Amino acid sequence: MFQWIGLVIIVVAIASFIGMYNSLVQLRNRVKNAWSQIDVQLKRRHDLIPNLVETAKGYMQHERETLSAITDARSRAMGVEGVAAKGKAETQLSGALSKFMLVVENYPDLKANQNFLALQEELTSTENKIAFSRQSYNDSVLFFNNKIQMFPSNLIANMFNFIAEEFFEIEDEAEREVPKVQFTE
Amino acid sequence: MMWELIAANRRKSMVLFAGMALILCLLGYGIGYTAYPDGGGPLGLIFAATIWLVLAAMAVFGGGSLILQLSRAKRVTPDVHPQLFNVVEEMKIASGLPAMPKIYIIDARAPNAFATGLRAEDSAIAVTAGLLTKLNRDELQGVIAHEMAHIVNRDVQFMTVAGIMLGSIVLLSQVFLRGMWLAPGSAKRVRPKSTSKAGPQGHIAIVIITIALAILGPIFARILYFALSRKREYLADASAVRFTRYPEGLASALEKMSSSTVPLETANQVTAPMYIVNPLEAKKGMSLSGLGSTHPPVHERIAILRNMTRGASLLQYQRSFSKTKGKPTMIIPSSGLKKDEPLKIRGAHPDVVKAKSKKGEIRDLMDLMRAVNGFAFLVCACGLKIKVPPDFEEPHIACPRCKRENKIPTAKVSDASEAAAVIGAMVGTLAGRGGQDLPAEVQNVPKGTTGPDAPPLEYRRKSDGWESFNCSCGKFHQISPAFSSHQITCRVCGRMIKIDPA
Repeated sequence: MFQWIGLVIIVVAIASFIGMYNSLVQLRNRVKNAWSQIDVQLKRRHDLIPNLVETAKGYMQHERETLSAITDARSRAMGVEGVAAKGKAETQLSGALSKFMLVVENYPDLKANQNFLALQEELTSTENKIAFSRQSYNDSVLFFNNKIQMFPSNLIANMFNFIAEEFFEIEDEAEREVPKVQFTE
Repeated sequence: MMWELIAANRRKSMVLFAGMALILCLLGYGIGYTAYPDGGGPLGLIFAATIWLVLAAMAVFGGGSLILQLSRAKRVTPDVHPQLFNVVEEMKIASGLPAMPKIYIIDARAPNAFATGLRAEDSAIAVTAGLLTKLNRDELQGVIAHEMAHIVNRDVQFMTVAGIMLGSIVLLSQVFLRGMWLAPGSAKRVRPKSTSKAGPQGHIAIVIITIALAILGPIFARILYFALSRKREYLADASAVRFTRYPEGLASALEKMSSSTVPLETANQVTAPMYIVNPLEAKKGMSLSGLGSTHPPVHERIAILRNMTRGASLLQYQRSFSKTKGKPTMIIPSSGLKKDEPLKIRGAHPDVVKAKSKKGEIRDLMDLMRAVNGFAFLVCACGLKIKVPPDFEEPHIACPRCKRENKIPTAKVSDASEAAAVIGAMVGTLAGRGGQDLPAEVQNVPKGTTGPDAPPLEYRRKSDGWESFNCSCGKFHQISPAFSSHQITCRVCGRMIKIDPA
């Protein structure tokens, strides 16, 4: 009789162990998938920038600094590893780009260039996509981190070396400032 | 959180569904009984069920595509309007929809939009050409977010099913009432035989109840249907704000759409509830509201959106709704309001496209409609933009202004595959029948053929701007300044076309 009860307990323990492990793996994969969504968009933005700078160069000879700030921020962002560090580098790139977009207002010829308009549209869209996929990435990270810190799944997380993931933060202050600056000047 | 909302919607749908089904069954039974008191009841029930099944089958198989066809919507590729595709993709990411909806443009000047598709996987969004030229990026995003919310919240599914129920009830009671009118006294003539369980009084009671049901049933069903339709419009507005985090975009889009006096000819009574703004109101030139309207009054929707100042979550929308309407009606299922998500309202986008003159707007609209219909655009040396219709077959076209002959660009069989063909032929002649080692397509390139098996064509770009050229099958292709791929596949014949950068 007691052997049977013991056996049932062992079976239940093993089943819940497997279940918890699998759910952790699933959550980690969800985080990875959400990150790859962001990564695609970040790469797309990096790919767009050389074209943008090249197009703008001909029109804005006196804005070398603004343009080189973008190029520098881009190469820095491309070299960085790790989610949090990437977030920081991308924030700088966003800042450089929004400064550039403000300067563009002074160059009506550039603003009339079809090629430039198309690039600007792509860039805006890519930035939106980054912002929207960031939300779902951070949600999934929060869920995963909670799981690996809470009892009892933290036991399994420690055993199999599940590490807490980093949040991806891009300050969108720069973006929000754009219209404000336009009105105060 | 979104799935909780969807689940709540589904529960409500089931209640409504059951209520309407009950009316339908009672009506069917009553009509059957009135016509043939001896065993006619169940027969009427079967008749009602059959009407419902036929209508449901029509909606499930081809309902969506039928509506798109009726609205004269054309499926488009990204190069016709890259911004539209970008915005849809952004909203797809924001809403967490698993697949990209198909995108259609309606050849009409009235600004409006709708979404169809019974499943989230094969949904479609249709916008009018007028919408695309009238709205700026933020406004377009608001409209697309609203349509995406309809898809994600399963509103299309629900309204289709409810609409079918309503249709069956209306149809059945119309048949019954007209039948009574045409054959007065038929109900009285047929007296129940003694086998019937109900007595004469019971019989008359059932007949009276059936007549009452036939008159009142459709009215009740319609009120129920419209009330839910209005509620779902609010919910879609709330979700749209949650997706875009920018209530002003949708508000000003609604303002522009409702102030348009251009009627949407392709809209009718059946399709009207699907649009973001009721297209029939512009036709009549007045605003319908109250119990008989599928949409809440637009000015109210705008006021609610503009009162949202504290955040973009569903809870904030509910608060703004209660404040604006002055009564705390729950618009959003309580499961969506458990926690206040910290969603900040974002700033406006610096506008990509400048404000246009009325004339420029109309010109853009006409160009967009031509692009949708497969026209090619050539820029003549004199500066005139020549629009070449898709059925134009000459290799040259004379400029209507300066009479200069313009060559219509055509994709050529690429030099590489032509060379391979020549080499293949040479190897073939040199080695007699020794050419078997070469792949079959290199051995004899069929020139001037079309289709996916034909050798790839090649088009060399001349500039970074918009360009159009002909495939060998005659289909015009357009590439936008943002086009960055190295090849495209012809949408008509499936032949591959390589694109070389300028």
